[in-house]
Amino acid sequence: MRRVAIIGIGNTEFGELWDHSFREIGITAGLAAVEDANISAEMIDALYVGNMSAGRFIEQEHIGALIADYSGLARDHVPATRVEAAGASGGLALRQGFMAVASGLHDIVVVGGAEKMTDVSDLDSANIQSSAADQEWETVLGATFPALHALIAHRHMHVYGTTREQLADVAVKNHRHGALNPKAQFRREITRETVLGSPMVSSPLRVFDCAPSSDGAAAVVLCALENAKKYTDTPVEIIGSGQASDTLSLHDRKDICTMEATRVAAKRAFDMAKVAQKDVQVAEVHDSFTISEILAIEDLGFFKKGEGGKATEAGLTGLSGQIAVNTSGGLKARGDPIGATGLAQAVEIVAQLRGKADKRQVKDAQVGLTHNVGGTGATVVVHVLRRV
Amino acid sequence: MATAPRFWRENPSRYNLVGIKCNSCGRHFFPPRSICPVCHRKSVGKIERVKLKGEGKIFSWTEVQEGPEELSSNRPYIYAMVEMEDGLRFTGQVIDCEPADLQIGTPVRAVLRKLSEEGPSGVIHYGYKFVLRKEKSP
Amino acid sequence: MKVGIVSYGACVPRYRITPEEIGKVWGADGKAVGKGLMINCKSIPAPDEDTITISVEAARNMMKRCDVSPKDIGALYVGSESHPYAVKPTGTIVAEAIEAAPHLTVADFEFACKAGTAAIQTCMGLVGSGMVKYGVAIGADTSQGAPGDALEYSASAGGAAFLIGSEKIIATLDRTYSYTTDTPDFWRREGQIYPRHGGRFTGEPAYFKHVLNGGRGLMERTGTTAKDYTYAVFHQPNGKFPTRVAKQLGFSDTQIKAGLLAPLIGNTYSGAVPLGLAAILDEAKPGDRIFAVAYGSGAGSDAFAMTVTDEIDSYARDRAPTVKEIISNVKFLDYATYAKFRGMIVLGRE
Repeated sequence: MRRVAIIGIGNTEFGELWDHSFREIGITAGLAAVEDANISAEMIDALYVGNMSAGRFIEQEHIGALIADYSGLARDHVPATRVEAAGASGGLALRQGFMAVASGLHDIVVVGGAEKMTDVSDLDSANIQSSAADQEWETVLGATFPALHALIAHRHMHVYGTTREQLADVAVKNHRHGALNPKAQFRREITRETVLGSPMVSSPLRVFDCAPSSDGAAAVVLCALENAKKYTDTPVEIIGSGQASDTLSLHDRKDICTMEATRVAAKRAFDMAKVAQKDVQVAEVHDSFTISEILAIEDLGFFKKGEGGKATEAGLTGLSGQIAVNTSGGLKARGDPIGATGLAQAVEIVAQLRGKADKRQVKDAQVGLTHNVGGTGATVVVHVLRRV
Repeated sequence: MATAPRFWRENPSRYNLVGIKCNSCGRHFFPPRSICPVCHRKSVGKIERVKLKGEGKIFSWTEVQEGPEELSSNRPYIYAMVEMEDGLRFTGQVIDCEPADLQIGTPVRAVLRKLSEEGPSGVIHYGYKFVLRKEKSP
Repeated sequence: MKVGIVSYGACVPRYRITPEEIGKVWGADGKAVGKGLMINCKSIPAPDEDTITISVEAARNMMKRCDVSPKDIGALYVGSESHPYAVKPTGTIVAEAIEAAPHLTVADFEFACKAGTAAIQTCMGLVGSGMVKYGVAIGADTSQGAPGDALEYSASAGGAAFLIGSEKIIATLDRTYSYTTDTPDFWRREGQIYPRHGGRFTGEPAYFKHVLNGGRGLMERTGTTAKDYTYAVFHQPNGKFPTRVAKQLGFSDTQIKAGLLAPLIGNTYSGAVPLGLAAILDEAKPGDRIFAVAYGSGAGSDAFAMTVTDEIDSYARDRAPTVKEIISNVKFLDYATYAKFRGMIVLGRE
């Protein structure tokens, strides 16, 4: 297996991009990544695109071909593949690109992720997002995406004593980080009171516990590590890639306070990377809801089960904490254009490992991690990255 | 969004909580599935349809204030995960009670209610929801 | 062959509204209206309840109390004037929900407020003739009164189900008699949401004439008088009518007390006499005789004479809640919430 490096990154601003269509944002991020990698179009061997639901958001399927076409690569007949795993679509596309380069099948691969969520009403957007859950045995019975996570939150509070304030602290921290990220959807700080005073969505979760609907795209360029220095002085190696599945329905899980797929995907990624949790300085984790980040930092092994809330409250996940979590602002503040999220995580970690994260730079970041979740944890993809 | 046949084929489970029992390991699952996730191939031909009792206890719950449009008249509604006696869990709405009546561990039983309807002229979908259950003293 | 009630079950929605609250909206003295009608409050179905869900709950309560196999049910009829579908039966869903399908006959009945008792009569015939082993008869409604109309103070929701058979009978159906004329006192045209009625015309020439003739006709045919009965129950569009008609037939307040539910839940239409009968069976003892007259606008009455058997002592009544227990879980609504629950608010849907 060949070692694989990320040699270019690009992303659009995340948010309500009223002036821009799905194809425009997809291309913008891809072009930025290609420019950053100092490569030209003819060098691209394959495209992978993470996208959850263009079919329902913009009634467009066949996204791989669309992106290839508008990237100007259709005439060169570059193979383009769309990858879907709900919220984990982006991370999973990255893994497909990683495998294609590692196997030696392709030399240079562009992996992008994009979602255009604001062309439908808020209600439709919520319905589409809930299709990541089990339509027949959750959604039909009254489940919403926030409601399923509220069940997790309520149970976590019941079993481990996690407090409402600790949940709020996740949002406060991610907004603090987002305020430092010029491409984040929300670039303003908030307080605990902002969260606790916001309208209830599904108790105990309030509006400020939930990631927003966003438009946006992000992309990376991959090549074999042995060739990376030809294109960039600061390649970042993907040293571990792990993926795991779990039951589609939340109720079929052994323990709803643990995302077993996160634990397994993380173990697989760490085993491949031959590093441990303590070696990681910066992580982008999948905080669809504040409770999701608490589960993530526990299940990834950064904190003991049940200690995620306390760790957050104690500031251990801030920029200068024990491990900096969601320096980009996370899904909460950076925004969550579903298919783009997994790639946006990689873009942030690469920026951190290159030392180019400006005001939100984590000191001496050597190893970083991305954690991308589909649904309530039925698909999880974890990548471990290291500066070369 | 749902269509009549798509809903209709699940009616045994939606009306009467028909799940399966794997006769290889004895485990129950709901909704029905064609293979036991524990026994895998050994379970082929040994899956039996069984009706669950429909009684359990609240495992976790939430009061949903922002929900789908078709449930706008029911809002806020309570959505819960219910644990049956054999450890099997499933989710649904809890009705005819107030949030103050509910705790993790509160006993409930399944009843049949309207889940949704396909607009004023479309098919009406029925299925299980939960009401509080008084536990009889022995 | 003796034919009778083998089991029964009831269902009444939890929500209530008072006449005072309704009157407030329409500039009327609702409290006085309620007093005149002898209605303290009426039941309201939740947005997820309809005649089908009420019928299912009542039928399931009925099945819980006996050990009859649902596969032995040969007929199932649901009487209602608020079937959720104009075309597509209520009964098929009930039959599936109690696992009686597919080897049975099912139909929906409509005869204003007496469709449920018409179903009981049909089942008596089928069981008595040996055509079926058991028949299920359900009377249930989620009736609507037009906003601001006098009916709005009473039109409510509820229902009861009866398993009719010839073995392990808890109450024999000794005799039934019906009195039918063509009298347009109350109606709802195809496609209309709310029924219309003839105001005071619904009284003497309609309710009273038919209930009295039905009741007297049955007494004549059975050679009985009011004194021979422990309990009596009449159709109850409000509390006032059945109280008055009972007196005219010679019944005392004590005899009608157990089955008079209108003051607590309003007029449950097809559910009214079935629910009253269920409430009586909740407390009846062996040897008690029950007199029942249902009334349906349009118009007709179904009268029944019943005798409670020794079987009721070993009957598993406590496997399902009594009517009293069911109507003790109450939540009062304001008019706005009631209007939302009943679909009276125009929504901005696409």
